[in-house]
Amino acid sequence: MFTKKNKQKKFTLVRKRVPFLFILPWIIGFIVFTLGPLVFSLIMSLFDWPIAGEAKFIGFDNFSTMFTADPQFYDSLWITLKFALIFVPLNLLVALVLALLITQPIKGIKVFRTIFYLPAVVSGVAVSIIWGWMFNSEYGVLNYILSLLGIEGPNWLIDPKWAIVTIVIASAWGVGSMMLIFYTDIKGIPHEMYEAASIDGAGPIRQFISITIPTITPTILFNVITSVIAALQQLTLVLLLTGGGPLKSTYFYGLFVYNNAFKHHELGYASANAWFMFIIILLLTMLIFKSSSAWVFYEAEVKKEKKGGKGK
Amino acid sequence: MKLTRKYKFIMYSILVLFSLYFLFPFIWALITALKTEGEVFSFPPKFIPDVPLFSNFMDAWNSQPFGIYFKNSMIVTVLTTIGQLISCSLVAYGFARYDFKYKNFLFILLLSTMMIPWDVTMIPLYMEFNLFGWINTLKPLIIPAFFGSAYNIFLLRQFLMNIPKDLENAARIDGANEFQIFYKIFLPIMKAPLTLIAVLNIILVWNDYLGPLIYLNDQSKYTMALGLASFQGVHELQIIPIMAMTLVMIIPPVIVFAFAQKYIVEGISGSIK
Repeated sequence: MFTKKNKQKKFTLVRKRVPFLFILPWIIGFIVFTLGPLVFSLIMSLFDWPIAGEAKFIGFDNFSTMFTADPQFYDSLWITLKFALIFVPLNLLVALVLALLITQPIKGIKVFRTIFYLPAVVSGVAVSIIWGWMFNSEYGVLNYILSLLGIEGPNWLIDPKWAIVTIVIASAWGVGSMMLIFYTDIKGIPHEMYEAASIDGAGPIRQFISITIPTITPTILFNVITSVIAALQQLTLVLLLTGGGPLKSTYFYGLFVYNNAFKHHELGYASANAWFMFIIILLLTMLIFKSSSAWVFYEAEVKKEKKGGKGK
Repeated sequence: MKLTRKYKFIMYSILVLFSLYFLFPFIWALITALKTEGEVFSFPPKFIPDVPLFSNFMDAWNSQPFGIYFKNSMIVTVLTTIGQLISCSLVAYGFARYDFKYKNFLFILLLSTMMIPWDVTMIPLYMEFNLFGWINTLKPLIIPAFFGSAYNIFLLRQFLMNIPKDLENAARIDGANEFQIFYKIFLPIMKAPLTLIAVLNIILVWNDYLGPLIYLNDQSKYTMALGLASFQGVHELQIIPIMAMTLVMIIPPVIVFAFAQKYIVEGISGSIK
């Protein structure tokens, strides 16, 4: 009796520990590669921390420098916001249009699906090299094609007004992954819903507005959040395609932080910059989530209610 | 009948127009890679080179240690993929198939790590890896993969949540221990989502530029992405070899994608639900 009880106790103890053994890799990784560095970077932001030599505690000086004495901070922030404001809606719209196109029941549509997705598997390095050559103002093929149409192409990468547009066009090349997310969601909408609507006399546009859009709102939310975060952190293309120029017209916030850290070696200041962006991203994500209750419709909520009614 | 033909015509025109945007830059890169020096800088640009010079590829490959870059990229890609498969399947299994204290808190913590911008941890991570003596080695690119990644864990967990609980209970009655249940019963049924994770990881890691840029100094350690970018930075005007190597670099992810397209298309729908 006594041993049996003991055995059972031991068994439950093991059972309690087992799940933690399974998630242990993540817990270790989280502490060593995420939480630790995160806390350390917050501490560094309160220091004047050169790459060699003594670090000096300076309180919130890095933040006040950033807000009051560094015009580049505001310039970079503005350029990045401007990029996000152009890129996010454009990307969403193109992804949605493409997703609708590839759900059309016509021959060879799978080939187009593959073509549209293809650039999404290509490295940022390759994207910037290929588009840099396309945009080349002397030998670029793009301006040649435009000239055939009677349009005089701009000096894409040399003109400060156009450089940001080149970044938008090159980044939108990878729209395929978002397209695919929309696509799988739209394909999952039951056919009967459309049939019922068309019996009621709803045309394709009406069906799109009152069936497709409401059904995919959770996916739209997901895509808005991920693309805002991605847009605010854009760095690879800027580093390789424009290097922040011309005249710092594409000196994105990511580049600002990167250069402060690895070029100017102001590690404390760069940490403060990075934390500021982290807070902006957190606030934006919260804001988008808060607003979502007004426009996102969750099917799962309805399903849950139905399941609850049946009993488990 | 007439209407559908008109509809089809419009549809195909739009599809072809978009295809030009997605496909033409690749074609133009290929055309450029096969040209002679004179043809590249001629105006108006030539769309078909007189004699396609396939030897351009070999010349470009040999002009820099691209063989070494390619090998380094392979090492990093293969090892991180193994690491992700092992760690993410274990962690996702723990989250999906057990109830334990602080489970929800830990899972929300895991999800929220996806929102952390990489530049917040960039500097301390560099210092940490420096302390470990890992700078200028491939270790900082490989070892973290053995501790899982939030997105992959989330993806697998969603899959595992949909499998009935009876499965492991039956095995427990038969006397299997917890790890055997995971290894012998669950791992085989996770084939599709594990393939998806492998594919996503291969594409992500093969293409990564910022990691190698920060952690690697010696050319002998460079990956394809870093090697190609630095080659382009130094020899900006050597468009032909640059284009040839760019095409070589995009071949592996494109092949992987071609074989695994089905898993990507199906897997993505599971991840967001």
